[in-house]
Amino acid sequence: MIGTISYLVFFATVASIFAIATLGLNLQWGFSGQFNAGVVGFMAIGAYAYAALTAPAQHEHVGGFHWPMVAAMAAAMAATILVALAIGVITVRLRTDYLALATFGIAAAIGHLALNLEGITGGGRGVAGIAKPFADLPPFWFGLAFLALAACVLLAVYLLLERLVRSPWGRALRAVREDEIAAAALGKDVDRMRLTAFVIGAAPMGLAGALYAAFIGYVSPYDFLAIMTFQIWAMLIVGGSGNNAGAVLGAFVVWALWSMSGILVVLVVPSKLQVQGGAIQAILIGVLLVAMLIFRPRGLMGERLHSSPLLRDDASTGRR
Amino acid sequence: MIPQLVVDGLLTGAVIALGAIGITLTLAILRFANFGYAEFLTVGGYAALSAVLAYGGTGAPLGPFSFGGFIAVALAVGLLATAVVALVSDTVVFRPLRRRGAGPLVLIFASFGLALVLRHIVLLVYGTQPEYYSREIQIAVLLPGGVRVMPDQILVLGVTVVALMMLWWLLRRTRVGLAMRAVAENTALAQACAIDPEAAIRWTWIVSGALGALAGTLFGLTVQLRPEMGANLLLPLFTAAVLGGVGSIPGAVIGGLLVGVAENLSVLVLPTSYKATVPFLIMLACFLLRPKGLFGK
Repeated sequence: MIGTISYLVFFATVASIFAIATLGLNLQWGFSGQFNAGVVGFMAIGAYAYAALTAPAQHEHVGGFHWPMVAAMAAAMAATILVALAIGVITVRLRTDYLALATFGIAAAIGHLALNLEGITGGGRGVAGIAKPFADLPPFWFGLAFLALAACVLLAVYLLLERLVRSPWGRALRAVREDEIAAAALGKDVDRMRLTAFVIGAAPMGLAGALYAAFIGYVSPYDFLAIMTFQIWAMLIVGGSGNNAGAVLGAFVVWALWSMSGILVVLVVPSKLQVQGGAIQAILIGVLLVAMLIFRPRGLMGERLHSSPLLRDDASTGRR
Repeated sequence: MIPQLVVDGLLTGAVIALGAIGITLTLAILRFANFGYAEFLTVGGYAALSAVLAYGGTGAPLGPFSFGGFIAVALAVGLLATAVVALVSDTVVFRPLRRRGAGPLVLIFASFGLALVLRHIVLLVYGTQPEYYSREIQIAVLLPGGVRVMPDQILVLGVTVVALMMLWWLLRRTRVGLAMRAVAENTALAQACAIDPEAAIRWTWIVSGALGALAGTLFGLTVQLRPEMGANLLLPLFTAAVLGGVGSIPGAVIGGLLVGVAENLSVLVLPTSYKATVPFLIMLACFLLRPKGLFGK
């Protein structure tokens, strides 16, 4: 019984962390139509920044700064924002698919750095001894307390982003997504709005990475593999891009599917073929992604349309 | 040292150039960045491997090369299988999305999903171990300037040149090529001239799939086959296409050669472990300095 509860607590904590990153992606993709192909890279920056600032000094890599955890989380977000700003500034004036290329490249480059920049990342061995909140509680209570923390952070990010997309700025952002030229004609600075949305959206990804590092207490390059980007996309597309509640729902649903398929693979596939078992899970995520895009692009709960009550029905349904 | 690095770079670059042509054709005619494209290299390479395994090797080595005559049959199998996979991908994934009027970014999304599926099917079937068409030993040829080249690598260069000439003939001298170029230029105008865009799109998948399979087989011949080889080549391929200028085939070739040479020369100034980051740096530089590429319109 306690085992099941512990597992559910662990599941909900990881799902909440993913949901935070998915909310960030929703601002970038769902509300402003910008393609981020390197979500995992931004999460890795947050995780490694948090790790570098809180882990004890080791002779293999820098450390021993012992920053307070809250300050380290803020710094992790700041580091993510800086990288997102650099990528955004370079690509904002180019074809929209070049942002996809640049983000894909930055995630690959961060992966290479994590493996090779041993002085900061510890290379393949990773960074251990990262500060964990509630570390002096017994394991079960640590799990519960961390879940409460993750849930509070998730709620805060959700409320902030909801406030943001309902503001006049959020409305203008959707206008930019729907018709760039019309928005520009109405005096909106399209490039600036896109860049702002991209950078704000990257911050929760860095925060999610930092929370993950704080939860596990250890990071390595193998925690941030490209498959994670696909998982987070699947969460957003399944939940419904353009809807923050959908993004959170999608994170829990897809993480449940992923975990269950993982358990199934362990039960069904012989142990010497476990690598192939991971391949089956990856195929499932790919099929899920493509099938949702083709058959139900709105996801479980798509974007709610906000149109003026003065508009007649035929006019308000004319979207895309 | 430097001449050797340049020659090695040109040989890597030839393979990148073939794939970059496929990407630039896709960007120009299908009008989206197909991130699943690199998996065609993997599919083609492994399809050729299946033929080699079924035959029990490539036959007795031909002259100085490491492989026998059967490799030509295996290559044909790879090209055909990949063209079929490309067509099926279009029919199952991209055509329904095009019909719905989905934007290019939705197509990119779908192409990533497709890449995930294709790569892991290869992994599931063939496992994670690197594979080779042949394990025969070959003796390096000494060129002037102290440069050593494997006979297989010279053949790769030759095959690339022949493939480029055939592609030029297809695009410039056949109706199919004319239709593809017309759709790349202006779909509506092409339609007004009784060109079926869907047919041109199908041919684009076939040609780019076959080019990918050729690149994948040549890569397998000179390096090795791994399920993630396509995924690792994705960034160099796109860098070459962007650097050359979207839609420009000579651009893709020069871009591919430049990326190959730059990657190899980078070991002079950077630790070897950062070699794989070089294409990304070139891409960023290109975005900053000349986003339309060297030969872009």
